[in-house]
Amino acid sequence: MINYGIAILLLPLAAFVTQIFVGKRLPRNGDWVSIGAVTITFCLSLAMFGVMLVKYDPDFVIDEAWQWFDLGSLTVHLGILIDNVTVVMLLVVSLVSTLVHVYSTSYMEGDPRYSRYFAFLSLFTFSMNGIVLANNLLGIYMFWELVGLSSYLLIGFWFEKNSASDAAKKAFLVNRVGDIGMFIGIMLFFTSTGSFLFSDVFAGVESGLFSTEILTIAGLCLFAGAIGKSAQFPLHVWLPDAMEGPTPVSALIHAATMVAAGVYFSFRLFPIFTPTALIVIAYIGGFTAIFASIIAVTQNDIKKVLAYSTVSQLGYMILAVGAGAYTYGLFHLVTHAAFKAGLFLCSGSVIHAMHHAYHELHDHESDPQDMRNMGGMKDKMRTTYLTMLICTVALAGVPFTSGFLSKDAVLAGTLSLTMHHPEHFLLVVFGFGAALLTAFYMFRLVFMTFYGEPTRREVYDHIHESPSPMTAPLVTLATLSFFLFFTLPNLNPFSDHGWFTTLIQAKDSVVPGHLNPTAHEIAEGMHHAHTPAMILSILIAFGGIGLAILMYLQKKISADDMAARLALPYKLSLNKFFVDETYQRYLINPSLAFSKVVAFLDWELYDKYVINGLGKVTEWFSRVVGIRWDYNVLDQQIVDGVGRSTRFFGAGLKFVQTGKVQNYLVWVLVGVIMIYVFQAVS
Amino acid sequence: MVGLNTYLIIGAILFSLGMFGVITRRNGVAVLMGVELILNAANVNFVAFARFGGMDFTGHVFSLFVIILAAAEAAVALAIILNIFNSLGTVNIDEANQLKQ
Repeated sequence: MINYGIAILLLPLAAFVTQIFVGKRLPRNGDWVSIGAVTITFCLSLAMFGVMLVKYDPDFVIDEAWQWFDLGSLTVHLGILIDNVTVVMLLVVSLVSTLVHVYSTSYMEGDPRYSRYFAFLSLFTFSMNGIVLANNLLGIYMFWELVGLSSYLLIGFWFEKNSASDAAKKAFLVNRVGDIGMFIGIMLFFTSTGSFLFSDVFAGVESGLFSTEILTIAGLCLFAGAIGKSAQFPLHVWLPDAMEGPTPVSALIHAATMVAAGVYFSFRLFPIFTPTALIVIAYIGGFTAIFASIIAVTQNDIKKVLAYSTVSQLGYMILAVGAGAYTYGLFHLVTHAAFKAGLFLCSGSVIHAMHHAYHELHDHESDPQDMRNMGGMKDKMRTTYLTMLICTVALAGVPFTSGFLSKDAVLAGTLSLTMHHPEHFLLVVFGFGAALLTAFYMFRLVFMTFYGEPTRREVYDHIHESPSPMTAPLVTLATLSFFLFFTLPNLNPFSDHGWFTTLIQAKDSVVPGHLNPTAHEIAEGMHHAHTPAMILSILIAFGGIGLAILMYLQKKISADDMAARLALPYKLSLNKFFVDETYQRYLINPSLAFSKVVAFLDWELYDKYVINGLGKVTEWFSRVVGIRWDYNVLDQQIVDGVGRSTRFFGAGLKFVQTGKVQNYLVWVLVGVIMIYVFQAVS
Repeated sequence: MVGLNTYLIIGAILFSLGMFGVITRRNGVAVLMGVELILNAANVNFVAFARFGGMDFTGHVFSLFVIILAAAEAAVALAIILNIFNSLGTVNIDEANQLKQ
């Protein structure tokens, strides 16, 4: 198994290296290298999945660590952790990645940086697999930054567009905010336990190395990384802008996998979260869920709706972690990955068709992503329409779909928490409110895109169904949105009991002092909350769908009337609650102004007077020392003096050295006589 | 009365004459002759001290060594002078100053 893990990790990396260096010179720009590597990765993941199903052991785990470096008092280990969660995550990542690769061959056809696009996709797959396989905080952090990098590169893939490069920078910077918190958290755990390995950290926490307060802070610091990566309020602002990237990228990175990394991270760390930390997490998740879904209701850009929907669904998963039903958070992650990737790829197919229609009409002004320009496309794009409808139904949480099972479980977890702690009733309101709005805005999207009369007849006439490399992934993902794939070997569509819930079992919290309920108690609570939650969520899903039918299909309620009547909420929602503007006004502008002041102080005052002054003083001083002392005195007098005196004595003494032996003999005689005289005198 | 002093005086005179010759003569052969005088002055002293100083044979043996040395020296020195004459056409030692140039 461990060899499979290493192969899964390294294959996409090899594809990336090949692509980035020689991709352009390969036939077909080398897309087959990336597709091949990812497909093998998928096959290996499938094999691991098969092994997991054969073993059918909830406690199956392989945890191997190798020493990375040893600095005497500091030894750092890195390693690979493979358990059922890893296997499922690997399967999700490699499956979506493979489908997106295939889809991209058609979507990105003719792009001037075609090979680089595939290189970046492979880099992303490598990094994401690294996060999933890591058994330590440091490894996760490194790959965490790598997915951030590949996300940056792919959002800004069309960097000729200013909006794309701005969005890439925004995504990178906003993520940095969360990652700083994460880094502090990692270091808090490292300094106390001396290890980055999950097992050591958990053991340290269990042995009472941390006080509850410190543990709360450290846990929330780590969770800050998840807030950034999983686009939770207040760091959600980058994800909607990230839609500037190519649509397959949005499907892979900004819907199915990378943004779910935060959820996965919280899932892994669940045992060390204290009750306080969990409540904070639950509120952040719940608030994000309702907040983003309110925004999604009024957006007109098809990808923006899906982006806010993703934010909202990620909020659900985080809410599930906070409520203790964290295995169901992961369950929602897996089911959501399939149908949300499907939705994005469907929207990509629609945008592709719109784009080509505009292209044929030589219309470069209209926005191919604006739903107000679409309409009636269901007859033209049969496959896209049907797959999108299935995914939408799954997202809305209609029975017989995977989304129903997971969303229902998340809501049951929330309801159970509220039943035990009635003061947190808001969480339930958030959860069910978001469910209602999700059903509503998703069907609004479908009705605006595929139903009704086309806005422009000539555009409509030029719409064609996308080619098969694009529709095949859609069909695959739509198929995976049915309940059956997640409940096997059970066939009851209303119960989430199946291989997933059997193999992925919740672990008890390791926080000392029995502050958190045990996994068993949480499961017990959820069992009681399950039936009311299910009935409520079915009613709410159909309520939302019904409202959408009334407003956008039958037009019995005018959307404009509603907007006029609810002017303030409408304005807030349309403008995304002015979060970006608030950040611009209260964070970015003040810091820019501050930077300007500092720059003035630095350049105009410090640099010009202090630094230049120091330079001038040094110059003057060296001139004095150099000319007056070094040259005039040392060089001219002392050094040259030695030479001059040597020459003087030489000139005087050279007459003694005649070269005539007889002269020397005379001197010898004189010397001998003088010795004799001195001896005689003394 | 011929005593030690007489011999020493004769030795001193011989030495002085030899030294004078070595220092003042330009002719290489004359310089050589001066050297021979100096050596013989030493011989006179050796023999005189042997006779009057109770040194039995040591002085005689020394003077014999000196005579042999003088013969060898004369042979080598004359060979050198001959070579100088062959190459320079003169035996004037002042003109044998090629190393100086």
